[in-house]
Amino acid sequence: MRVMGSETEYGIHAPSAPGANATMMSARVIQAYAQLTRQRAAGGAETRWDYTDEEPLHDARGWTLERNQADPSQLTDQPPVLDAEAVALAYGREELEQDGEDETGSLLMNMVLGNGARLYVDHAHPEYSSPEVTSPADAVTWDAAGDVVALSAVRRMAADPQLPPVNLYKNNTDNKSVSYGSHENYLMPRVVPFGDIVRGLTPFFITRQIMCGAGRVGIGQDSSRPGYQISQRADFFEAEVGLETTIRRPIINTRDEPHATADKYRRLHVIIGDANLSQVANYLKFGTTAMVLSLIEAGLAPRVEVHEPVAALQAVSHDTSLTATLRLLDGRRVTALDLQWIYYEAAAKLAQDTGVGDAVDGDGHTHALLERWAATLTDLDSNRPAAASSVEWLAKLSLLDGYRQRDGLEWNDARLGLVDLQWADVRPEKGLYHRMLARGRMDRIVDDETIARAVTEPPSDTRAFFRGRCVSSFSKDVVGASWDSVIFDVPGHGRLQRVPTREPLRGTEALTGGLFARHRDAGSFLAELLGQTPPPPPA
Amino acid sequence: MAGQEQQQPQSRDDEFEDDAPATPPASGDAQASAATQGVDDLLDEIDGVLESNAEEFVRAFVQKGGQ
Repeated sequence: MRVMGSETEYGIHAPSAPGANATMMSARVIQAYAQLTRQRAAGGAETRWDYTDEEPLHDARGWTLERNQADPSQLTDQPPVLDAEAVALAYGREELEQDGEDETGSLLMNMVLGNGARLYVDHAHPEYSSPEVTSPADAVTWDAAGDVVALSAVRRMAADPQLPPVNLYKNNTDNKSVSYGSHENYLMPRVVPFGDIVRGLTPFFITRQIMCGAGRVGIGQDSSRPGYQISQRADFFEAEVGLETTIRRPIINTRDEPHATADKYRRLHVIIGDANLSQVANYLKFGTTAMVLSLIEAGLAPRVEVHEPVAALQAVSHDTSLTATLRLLDGRRVTALDLQWIYYEAAAKLAQDTGVGDAVDGDGHTHALLERWAATLTDLDSNRPAAASSVEWLAKLSLLDGYRQRDGLEWNDARLGLVDLQWADVRPEKGLYHRMLARGRMDRIVDDETIARAVTEPPSDTRAFFRGRCVSSFSKDVVGASWDSVIFDVPGHGRLQRVPTREPLRGTEALTGGLFARHRDAGSFLAELLGQTPPPPPA
Repeated sequence: MAGQEQQQPQSRDDEFEDDAPATPPASGDAQASAATQGVDDLLDEIDGVLESNAEEFVRAFVQKGGQ
């Protein structure tokens, strides 16, 4: 359908070590996973990140923010050396050298995984950025693989008597005024005017949370008002459009780092979503957004504009009855459901006109997605118990309502706060989402075997295949990688060889699978790849 | 508005009239009580996995800022 991917920052907590440095703990998560992959791949599977093409200050509206004008948290194009040193100062060199260092002498903050993902320390959280995929079902699969990666690291640390146990949570707030993100990325043609994207997406983003919100106990950034709301993130948004992701968060983020051929592509960086455990919610989040982008590209996005978008976003989140109305600039008043139906109708019509939505001859994804979108909106409108098996905020609410009714709890009772927090624990025995899934109360898009495969296997149909296979096949010769490069240091070669991967739909299994099959040795692999030796004649 | 063909019957009475169920009309209550039982079982299970001392656990979950 479209090249896309997810980023998840996990909440991190060591209950037995309150006040532990979050950056240090996050680095230990990366370290723990590196230890596991080292066992998996001969020669060590961890690969350093290549920062060459990071451009976090490029604004999609056509300018670049001066470095000295930027918030320090926006400078994501530098290795987080300062963080590691700050940690060393706080904890002492010796502790770092004990278990925080890799062979080359610096704290390991960044890995590229054999499935094509990136696992690293982002600010004070471990983050998993999925490999590039081309369908919403694959987005669910490789995002869920990240939860398995997180779980593996948790297990590894729990088994180490030297370390305090660390829990990871797939949520977006500590309910004490701090939020951390779950981002989506979508590849778009550069030629689409950014203003069209802002106009087309804003009403959709204000309302898609009724399908894909993860639910939150507490109202306001610091949860000071008792209650329940649809979205984890809504209360943390303060602007309509902007470059920031950590302060004054905007509904539409303008970061313009394509990680691809820049005059051809834009990577739309979406920061407004909730982290989803519900597979259906995650599927709808990626799938419906991808379809709305197709509407925008075709010039067919619904012509609706919502009055005061930031206030509307929060009003929708605070209205679990789904009856509140939003004022449009043309004077109409509509509910969030009405607006979603308007987008659905437009997307369904486009899919029919272009043929991609055909059940038999379509693209294999759009038909099922449209059915799920319509069914979810219908259930939200008239059959909420049915919607609760897929809509995450309703599933969580059903559990909370059970506690409220059985034990007579008020919304500010700490046990309801604990249910909200523990919903997102990545451990199946502790995570309440996982308990509901095990009881068959949550619908699935993919099975556990598929997710387990995606922990080690890259998607076959994007450049992530090339990246992942390089890391798993030639780990000792790959010294760095990023979204759009893999860097080799082959013995006998004087200098590093950087292989650019700036076309997201190249480097696929179809294009490079044979190359990996033919070569065990990085030197001969590169020689054929770079055209220094001829490929074998076709069989 | 859109999606009207997918509308579910709204009231329980309509449902029973249309479907002429083999089970007696009291099944609405029976279903409700089965659902309640399901929720009770679920809550019992979750009671067993919730962290002890909810207040302290929730208070100690303090995060540094992120994106």
